[in-house]
Amino acid sequence: MDQFTLNLLFVGASFALYIGIAVWARAGSTSEFYAAGRGVHPVTNGMATAADWMSAASFISMAGLIAFTGYDNSSFLMGWTGGYVLLALLLAPYLRKFGKFTVSEFIGDRFYSPTARLVAVICLIVASTTYVIGQMTGVGVAFGRFLEISNTSGLLIGACVVFAYAVFGGMKGVTYTQVAQYVVLIMAYTIPAVFISLQLTGTPIPALGLFAETTATGGEGSVYLLTKLDQIVTELGFASYTEAHKDNLNMVLFTLSLMIGTAGLPHVIMRFFTVPKVSDARWSAGWALVFIALLYLTAPAVGAMARLNITELMWPNGTGGDAVSVETIETAPEYNWMLTWQKTGLLDWEDKNGDGQIQYYNDKSDAMSEKAAANGWEGNELTNFNRDILVLANPEIANLPGWVIGLVAAGGLAAALSTAAGLLLAISSAVSHDLLKGQLTPDMSEKSELMSARIAMAVAIGVATFLGLNPPGFAAQTVALAFGLAAASIFPALMMGIFSKRINNVGAVAGMLSGLIFTLVYIFLHKGWFFVAGTNSFPDTVDGSLFGIQSTAIGAVGALINFAVAYAVSLGTKDTPQEIKDLVESVRVPAGAGMAVDH
Amino acid sequence: MADRTINTEVKAKGDGAGYWSANVRIIVISLIIWALVSFGFGILLRPMLSGIEVGGTDLGFWFAQQGSILVFLGLIFFYAWRMNKLDREFGVEED
Repeated sequence: MDQFTLNLLFVGASFALYIGIAVWARAGSTSEFYAAGRGVHPVTNGMATAADWMSAASFISMAGLIAFTGYDNSSFLMGWTGGYVLLALLLAPYLRKFGKFTVSEFIGDRFYSPTARLVAVICLIVASTTYVIGQMTGVGVAFGRFLEISNTSGLLIGACVVFAYAVFGGMKGVTYTQVAQYVVLIMAYTIPAVFISLQLTGTPIPALGLFAETTATGGEGSVYLLTKLDQIVTELGFASYTEAHKDNLNMVLFTLSLMIGTAGLPHVIMRFFTVPKVSDARWSAGWALVFIALLYLTAPAVGAMARLNITELMWPNGTGGDAVSVETIETAPEYNWMLTWQKTGLLDWEDKNGDGQIQYYNDKSDAMSEKAAANGWEGNELTNFNRDILVLANPEIANLPGWVIGLVAAGGLAAALSTAAGLLLAISSAVSHDLLKGQLTPDMSEKSELMSARIAMAVAIGVATFLGLNPPGFAAQTVALAFGLAAASIFPALMMGIFSKRINNVGAVAGMLSGLIFTLVYIFLHKGWFFVAGTNSFPDTVDGSLFGIQSTAIGAVGALINFAVAYAVSLGTKDTPQEIKDLVESVRVPAGAGMAVDH
Repeated sequence: MADRTINTEVKAKGDGAGYWSANVRIIVISLIIWALVSFGFGILLRPMLSGIEVGGTDLGFWFAQQGSILVFLGLIFFYAWRMNKLDREFGVEED
């Protein structure tokens, strides 16, 4: 059986499983559509949250970004896990106690203002839509590879599948489907990593293999994997893997943005509305992080080991010897992955100096220019290596058996689909439940509420697909922008709503608007207005940026502005009414948390 | 059973402020640890830890890529356990 058929088989089988579950648990009433009747156990809920949370950004993109940057991109690892601490300690139990269905309902009630609810809905839609753009980038990569077509066609096909999939069931279908997706994606992520870790270090646990010694070939004795990697990449003029090359300010702000954003994204927070009790909401966040950590502890190992494998494949005779020849790439089976990925347009090479070899090195490094001149190299010849392909290509790069490659294709699609579906659900509930039913047409029937939810999904996916064709960055970078937006707008409002009785309606609205607008404008100034390339006023680098802060890290500053403005405006305006103070008191204690009510 | 209900209500009403400040204290301590391992050991204090070698690199690298995640896990489970205990101490747990 050839690889294409095998991939199709794995992807087909996993899809049949998800759709089967979705049909079996199809949503009937509105409350089931949003919150699955609240009958979900914390461990089950944790697993579903993990699947929902770990998207194309975590699965497909993150290890690739770490692989090519090293230590500096540790921000992704700390940021996307550290946010769960904020969620568990500062938000989850209280929002569960409050007992409504959506984040904006809480904001609307706590700040006793339909305007606050409307602003929250807008913030949620902006952040979620940006997030879906990142997912669509990943969907395009995954579909492009496994159907062996261009990235663009893959994206369009993927968009149709995501839509059909999200429309199928509500949260209930999604909760159990996501448990299945979690199992598929975690196996798909860890199994190849175990193989590769065994190959390189003899350690079956990749997280430990990262810090282990390599099973050395040649007589020089064994060296640590990271030492070897540092040596080999610096010899080619690249920045060392383990050292810091980014300034502390940007790294701290970027990490903080991802953390706060994690605790401000609606599709994750919504998960904690679906557990039966307040105490379960506390445990749920922990279980979610357990299941997430399985992937996140493996990811840095995947990145480092893949970087080593790729570099060694390009320099089979060591960095001092001859580079791989064009003929070898075109004929040898262990280079077959390069030919299949070339079809997607995400990987390419060119023999610039016509010596029949492909020299992969950093042609921007001054130190290398001398060596390049001496050897007659005319620039880096591995001309395109899209970071987002690394994880999907990883088993092929390590020459693993065909079924592992098929499994990874299925896992990548599971990751992208589950999160895209969860986000579309959050967007559709924001539009139909909060915007239409809550504000514009309160006497809307259940049937037309469900219908408008589906129309909102279709519009969101259309916009995301269109922007996903020319994404503002690799999947994880686009997703990081979404986190910045959520960090600057939603999280501060939620936290102040619980931890302060003084923040009033005017303060919250002013805070959310200033946080959102500041962050959005800053991102657009660097990434282009509405992410249209070329319309940016500042280059998207640390040195060129407006305040010396990268657009991906600005969310933390936006959050601070939100806090400060909300506090200042609240102090200058009327105090909160007594019933709101009572509401805050009641949210703070678990006792009396009945089943949540819809209104 | 009826006695217990009355007791919990009295205690909850009488010391709602005590429950909340105990909660806030636990949160603050947890968040200090949260920041110390990630922003501290993982980023800002990394140069200070560079002397401690871990598998071909230093302790700061380990904290940035794995250690902080493990500490986060510990923190969340500690908080859930501690708060569920605190709920019972103050009689504000759910039925």
